[in-house]
Amino acid sequence: MRRSILTAAALTATLALAACSGGAEEPAGEESAAPNGEGATLTVWVDETRQSAVEDAAAGFEESTGADVEVVLKNFEDIRPDFLAQVPTGKGPDITVGAHDWLGELTTNGVVAPIELGDTADAFEPVSVSAFTQDGQVYGLPYAVENIALIRNTQLAPEAPATWDDAVAAGEEAGTKYPLLIQTSTEGDPYTFYPLQTSFGAPVFEQNEDGSYTPELALGGEGGTAFAEWLAEQGEAGNLSTDVTYDIAVAAFAKGESPFIVGGPWMLEQFADLDLAIDPVPSAGGEPARPFVGVAGFYVSAQSENALLANDFLVNHMATAEAQLALYEAGDRPPALIEAADTASEDPITAGFREVGADAVPMPSLPEMGAVWAYWGVTEAAIVSGKSDPAKAWDKMVADIQGEIG
Amino acid sequence: MYAPVTRGSGRTGWSPGFLVKLVLIALVDALGVYAVLAAWGAGSWGVLAAMVALLLVANWAYLTKRALPLKYILPGLVFLLVYQVYVVAYTGYVAFTNYGDGHNSTKEQAIEALLVQNERRVEGSPSAPLTVVADGGTLGFAVLSPDGVVRAGTAERALAAIDGATVSGGQVTALPGYEVLPYATVLERQQEVTDLRVPVSEDPNDGSVRTQDARTGYVFTSTLTYDPASDTMTDTVAGVTYTPNDDGQFEAADGSTLPVGWRVLVGFDNFVTAFGDDRYAGPFGKILIWTFAFAVLSVASTFLLGLFLAIAFNDTRLRGRRIYRTLVILPYAIPAFLAALLWSGLLNRSYGFVNEVLLGGASIPWLTDPVLAKVAVLGVNLWLGFPYMFLICTGALQSLPTDVLEAAKIDGAGRWRTWRSVTLPLLLVATAPLLISSFAFNFNNFTLIYMLTGGGPRFDDASVPLGHTDILISMVYSVSGLDGTAAKDYGLASALSIVIFVVVATISALAFRRTRSLEEIA
Repeated sequence: MRRSILTAAALTATLALAACSGGAEEPAGEESAAPNGEGATLTVWVDETRQSAVEDAAAGFEESTGADVEVVLKNFEDIRPDFLAQVPTGKGPDITVGAHDWLGELTTNGVVAPIELGDTADAFEPVSVSAFTQDGQVYGLPYAVENIALIRNTQLAPEAPATWDDAVAAGEEAGTKYPLLIQTSTEGDPYTFYPLQTSFGAPVFEQNEDGSYTPELALGGEGGTAFAEWLAEQGEAGNLSTDVTYDIAVAAFAKGESPFIVGGPWMLEQFADLDLAIDPVPSAGGEPARPFVGVAGFYVSAQSENALLANDFLVNHMATAEAQLALYEAGDRPPALIEAADTASEDPITAGFREVGADAVPMPSLPEMGAVWAYWGVTEAAIVSGKSDPAKAWDKMVADIQGEIG
Repeated sequence: MYAPVTRGSGRTGWSPGFLVKLVLIALVDALGVYAVLAAWGAGSWGVLAAMVALLLVANWAYLTKRALPLKYILPGLVFLLVYQVYVVAYTGYVAFTNYGDGHNSTKEQAIEALLVQNERRVEGSPSAPLTVVADGGTLGFAVLSPDGVVRAGTAERALAAIDGATVSGGQVTALPGYEVLPYATVLERQQEVTDLRVPVSEDPNDGSVRTQDARTGYVFTSTLTYDPASDTMTDTVAGVTYTPNDDGQFEAADGSTLPVGWRVLVGFDNFVTAFGDDRYAGPFGKILIWTFAFAVLSVASTFLLGLFLAIAFNDTRLRGRRIYRTLVILPYAIPAFLAALLWSGLLNRSYGFVNEVLLGGASIPWLTDPVLAKVAVLGVNLWLGFPYMFLICTGALQSLPTDVLEAAKIDGAGRWRTWRSVTLPLLLVATAPLLISSFAFNFNNFTLIYMLTGGGPRFDDASVPLGHTDILISMVYSVSGLDGTAAKDYGLASALSIVIFVVVATISALAFRRTRSLEEIA
């Protein structure tokens, strides 16, 4: 019996080896097929809106360096957690597409490497580079700047409103179903409401002189209370409503049910057959209304084994007007490279968004921002719907956020 | 070699069946050896050890005659180990670490990240065309200054002017005493190239040249240095020394820490945090009660409706039973997360189908009123869950022995009496284990809550982002920051998951013990 086990085991091993050897030969053959040693592969994570533009830039890069670029398509929402989880294991990509407000979390976890833009830095919109800067170091190659503005249906409202009350008056005059549209939903939408909040002089965090944020909350105080009370007033007047979600607002504006909507370039596709003009968001509290600016860009992994190739690809091949314009055409967001942005600004709509963006402030990339989002929107929604006392709810929100930040 | 006496069993081993078995085992082994090699290549020693052990056990089990039961249970056992035991054990392990934001990887990677984050380009320093060169096996940089002088150096040797360099197209192409490396070689050694720091002069405070693309060099200074011998970080500007602490961070004497940390074991800290934060004390009690209520009511309501329909459609006098049965199973065919999302649209206060059409334009806050939101969650779960109960009850009813029912009739039992004393107990024997698993499923029914209400409406009196329809598992998701509202803490999430696992496992074990008494009836 024991012999039978031994022979059987020996036979199994031989068969297994035979079966294996077929597979094992393949990679060896592949390696020898690339004799010049340029078999390095650069892995880039992108989402679907940037896939083709990155692939085009990659083709030129492959030609000039001989390296392979593998473009991996991922859901945009999955990129951030997957990047955080996979970079430490060494299985992450060399480059990923991302938003600038991830920066705080990515650096705290040590998964991104700085990029030295050198003299190219001056070729970008200043706000786009400063958004990717932390402690004097740049961590991303920006490619698009996006912000919201007031989108106006010129047939219903020929003039740009100067203040919120003007806008409401013009909307009522137009006789449409809604005087103006702003997405709110039951969870609130602090991003879209932010320009209105800043017009009361209540930014979310204190800013240093160079424009970077400190983790000191600034949304309380008199300005915050005034904004909260204004929210309650407007909610009661019916100008703001938690029933208006993004989908409802966009659909209503497309049907011509309102002359104004507060929104971004991502909505434009649905408004293709309307005559539009882009204006600054009207001030509600007297001070200028500054929306958040979001910058999209590319990050290099801190554990990349192809750091050299990755930086070469980004700084010398993605920071070109050609590549940035290709990304603009794919995603409609104004490019971050000034030369490309100038070309894109031939379109008055893009120029309009860019002009409003000049006054905008970068969305904070501090890790503390997560705690703010958790309470901010719900509180705004509760005030708009009249469920909470405005001043009290706003104060409680500030205290809760402070408690969460610690 | 000593040859043992064969007991006649070896001969039968060469039957065709044995050969087939041999080929199958060989295939499994080939796959296993491939996995072992792959694990070896990736440096995953844990996976490698597990694969070797599994392979040895599998070969032994199928080649010996002494392990007959194992031959049958081994495949199931392997899957149980990989998909259940390993997952629970790993979660248990993470529960005792501080894995999360700021403690995302290993100490080496944290040190690397801290060093690279604290390098500063010397202000006003020019960007210089750079060429990667080699002196023997040592890498170096050759830098072309704006004044046309070529300087070269290595990590050990500071930059020094070199005469007789050939410059073309703004790049150094040949250099006496050094070999200019072709791009392909640079790519092969890119890790070394990006790690290389060539000092500008003998004075370390002048900084060093580094490159990120092997084309352009910049002068950098480091504000943070790491000493491997004493395992300390030193901030050279402020003159502060940081030493590693028990929490996996570098800590200075005054208690300040460097931002990037690493994963360490923290003992029961996570369990203490889970129950020690008094901001969570109030909401936790409410959520615990609601979780039990939700799970029990969901099982009860779906079971009763499913049973009622099963009995109704089991009556032979009913015409078109097949059509009804097919229609009733329809909700079961829609993925739960999709259905929950659909329902959240249908129940919208102003634009939802339910208010707008069914209730003639009423504006009932189905998802935003604390009580109504709970009713809505239970209602949607009833809609989602009754077809399953209907299916299992129909199956159980049809397999009831008719002789027992006839015997009851002969003994003079009425309809109700028969149903209560014969049908129901027999039915419960078959369905009780499924009811327990349904309870465990609903206890952790994250999809429904997340998609339908997101846990809302929020508690007005709590200082944490939790709401009236949050159940334990969705609370874990929010508390540990996985929803992005706080710093992520996988350690805390795992600790809470383990607590939930213990709760569900205990209840299920107790319930299964009770069902044994039912089986005795049968």
